[in-house]
Amino acid sequence: MSDVVLEVKDLHTYFELEEGTLKAVNGVSFSIRKNRTLGVVGESGCGKSVTAQSIMRITPKKNSKISGQILLHRASGAVDLARLDEDGDEMRDLRGREIAMIFQEPMTAFSPVHTVGNQIMEALFVHGERDKSAARKRVIALLDEVGIPAPERRIDEYSFQLSGGMRQRSMIAMAIVLNPRLLIADEPTTALDVTIQSQILRLMKRLQRDNGMAIMFITHDLGVIATMADDVAVMYLGKIVEYGAARQIFKDPKHPYTKGLIRSIPKFGATDGAHLATIEGTVPVPLDPPDACPFANRCGEFIAGKCDVRMPAAVTVAPGHSVSCVLYE
Amino acid sequence: MSFSKYLIQRLIYAVLVLIVISFLIFMIVQLPRGDAVDRIVNARQAQGDIITEEDEAALRAQYGLDKPIFVQYFIWATQFARGNMGHSMLGIPVDKLINERIAATVLLSVISLIVTYALAVPIGIYSATRQYSLGDYFWTFVGFIGLATPNFLLALILLFLFHKFFGLSIGGLFSPGVEEQPWSLAKALDLLNHLWIPIIVIVTAQTAGTIRTMRATLLDELGQQYVVTARAKGLRYRQLLFKYPVRLALNPVVNSIGYILPRLISGQTIVAIVLNLPTLGPLLFSALLAEDLELATSILMIQSILAVIGVILGDIILSLYDPRIRMEKGVS
Ligand SMILES: Nc1ncnc2c1ncn2[C@@H]1O[C@H](COP(=O)(O)OP(=O)(O)OP(=O)(O)O)[C@@H](O)[C@H]1O
Ligand code: SF4
Ligand SMILES: [Mg+2]
Repeated sequence: MSDVVLEVKDLHTYFELEEGTLKAVNGVSFSIRKNRTLGVVGESGCGKSVTAQSIMRITPKKNSKISGQILLHRASGAVDLARLDEDGDEMRDLRGREIAMIFQEPMTAFSPVHTVGNQIMEALFVHGERDKSAARKRVIALLDEVGIPAPERRIDEYSFQLSGGMRQRSMIAMAIVLNPRLLIADEPTTALDVTIQSQILRLMKRLQRDNGMAIMFITHDLGVIATMADDVAVMYLGKIVEYGAARQIFKDPKHPYTKGLIRSIPKFGATDGAHLATIEGTVPVPLDPPDACPFANRCGEFIAGKCDVRMPAAVTVAPGHSVSCVLYE
Repeated sequence: MSFSKYLIQRLIYAVLVLIVISFLIFMIVQLPRGDAVDRIVNARQAQGDIITEEDEAALRAQYGLDKPIFVQYFIWATQFARGNMGHSMLGIPVDKLINERIAATVLLSVISLIVTYALAVPIGIYSATRQYSLGDYFWTFVGFIGLATPNFLLALILLFLFHKFFGLSIGGLFSPGVEEQPWSLAKALDLLNHLWIPIIVIVTAQTAGTIRTMRATLLDELGQQYVVTARAKGLRYRQLLFKYPVRLALNPVVNSIGYILPRLISGQTIVAIVLNLPTLGPLLFSALLAEDLELATSILMIQSILAVIGVILGDIILSLYDPRIRMEKGVS
C-alpha cells in the first residue's frame, strides 16, 4: 500500500447553476499507484474531466463545490487536496510539481503568442528555478527526450508552427518537466490521428518506465484503455459503475454499461457491413439526479421496482473487482 | 522575409495608395478651377474691363488649364512633393498656413490615442475580471453614456459649464497672446492647461468603445484552455492574467491603432471648430467655404498622408506584437 500516490475517497463535485445543482462527480473513489496507470473511461459528459480538475483544484471557483477526500501521499505524510485553499500557496506549489496535467487540445492549451519554450520553462521558474540558461538546457534536453527533432530550434517556435503530434509532445514535456509523481492525461490523443496517437501512447509508457510516475489516463476509447491501463474505472453520470484490473474487466465485464462499451469497440478484421453495437441514447445531464441507478433509462436489463428506487451499492465480485448494479447484489 | 523588407513593402504600398488618393483629390478639388477662370472673367467684365479670347486663353495658360489633365496632375503633384504647395487666395504661402496646424493636429491625435489606451485598458481589465460586479456595471453605464454623447455636444457643454461656473473661456490651445511668444516653460504649461479639455472631448467616445472591446475580448480569453494550462502549472492568478489573457486581449486594441489614429487626424472637425482648436480640420472647412482650392487640396493631401502613416504605424506595431501576424506575413 505504500506506493499509493493518490487516493480519492467519496469525491463529490457539484456545480451550482440557475437550473439547479449539477452533480458532475457524485461519489467516486479510486486510488492510483506509483508506476501504474488508472484508465478512466466513459462517454462524453460522465464527469471524467471534472474529476481530473477536482484533483488539480482547478474547477471554476465561482460555482463549484468539492467534498470528500483527495489524499496525496508523500514521504512526509498524506495531504488532503480537497481541504486546501485552491488559490493558496500550498496547492499552487503542488500543481505542476507533484501533479501535472496534459490536455486534450494541444492547439488551444498553449498560448499562441508565447513560444513553447517560454511556456515550458515557465513551469520551472514558477517552482523556484532562477538560472535561465540551465532552464533552457533542461527544456531542450526534454524536448529531445519526448521525440521532437531539432529541439534547439523548436524551443523558440510558437505552437501554431508545430504539427498536432509535436504540440502534444511539447505539452507532455511541459507536464513532466518537474518530474511529477502523478500525471493526469485528459484525453491526450483524442485530437490526433491514429498513427500519431499510438506514438504518443508509446511515449507515455516509456516515460512512465523511466520516471515511475503514476498516470490517470482519461479517455472515452476502451481500445486505448486496453493498451495503456493497469486498472480501469468505468464512469457513468458522475459515478464509477465498475472498477477493477484492466485484464479482469475486459475478460469478464459485469456492468451492463461496461458490456455495452466493450461491444462497441471496433474489432480488428471485422467483416465489412458488420454492425458495431452502440448503446442507445445519450448520457443525461446530472441536474438534481434521482436516487436510482444512473444507467436505468438506457439499460437493457432494467428491472422496474429495483433499479429505479435507489442507487445500487458497489459489490465486490472478485478480488479488486467491484460493480454497482442490482444484478450482482 | 526580413523585417526591413516588410517595412519597405509597406512603404511602397503606402506610396501607391497616396498616389491614387492624390489623383482623386486633384480631380475633385482642383478641376473646377476652370470655373475659377470663368469667375475672374465675369468679375472683370462686370467692372467694365474688356476681355478678349486671347486674354482668357492667357489666363487658362497661367493656371496650366490648357494642358491635358494628366499633365496638370503631374505638374501639381511634383510641385507638392517638393513642398511647394502654392499660395492661398489671400496670397499667403500654403505651407506657412498649415505647418503649425500639422503640429497641433499630430500632437492632439497622438495624445488622445495614448490617453484612450491608458484609460480603456485598465478599466477593461477591471470590468472583465470583475464581471457583473458593481464596478463593472458602473463602467458599462459610463461607457454607454460616453458612446451616446456626440463629441461636439460634449464640447459645447464643457464650454458652457466653464464659462458659467469659472468665468473661463477654454477654447483654443493657448491663452490670448501666448501663442505668438517663443517656446518657454510658461508657454508649455499654458498649452497643457488648455490641452486637457479637447482631449477629454475627443477621447470620451473613443475610450468607451475601447473599454467595450477590451472587456469583451478579455472575457473571451479568460475562458480559453491556455488559462487552465497556466493554472495547472502553478501560476498565481495575477501572474497568469497579465502574461496570457491580457496580452492576447490587447491584440484587437493594438490593431485599432491603425484605424483610430487616422480617424483622430482627419475627423474631429466640428469639435475643433467649437473649441477653436488650431488644427487642420477648421482650416479645411473655411478653405472649402471660400473655395480656396490650393489650400484645400494641400490640407486634404496632408491629412491623407498623416492617415496613411497612422495605418502603417498600426500595422508595424501589430506585427511586432503578434507573432501570428508576423509569421503570416512572412516576417521573421
Ligand atoms: N464549469 C462547469 N460548469 C457547469 N457544468 C459543468 C462544468 N464543467 C463540466 N460541467 C458538466 O459536468 C458534467 C461532466 O462534464 P465533464 O467535462 O467532466 O465530462 P467528460 O466526461 O470529461 O466528457 P468529455 O468526454 O466530453 O470530455 C457535464 O454534464 C458537464 O456539462
Ligand atoms: S442497476 Fe439495473 S438499470 Fe442499473 S445497470 Fe444494473 S440492471 Fe441496469
Ligand atoms: Mg472531458
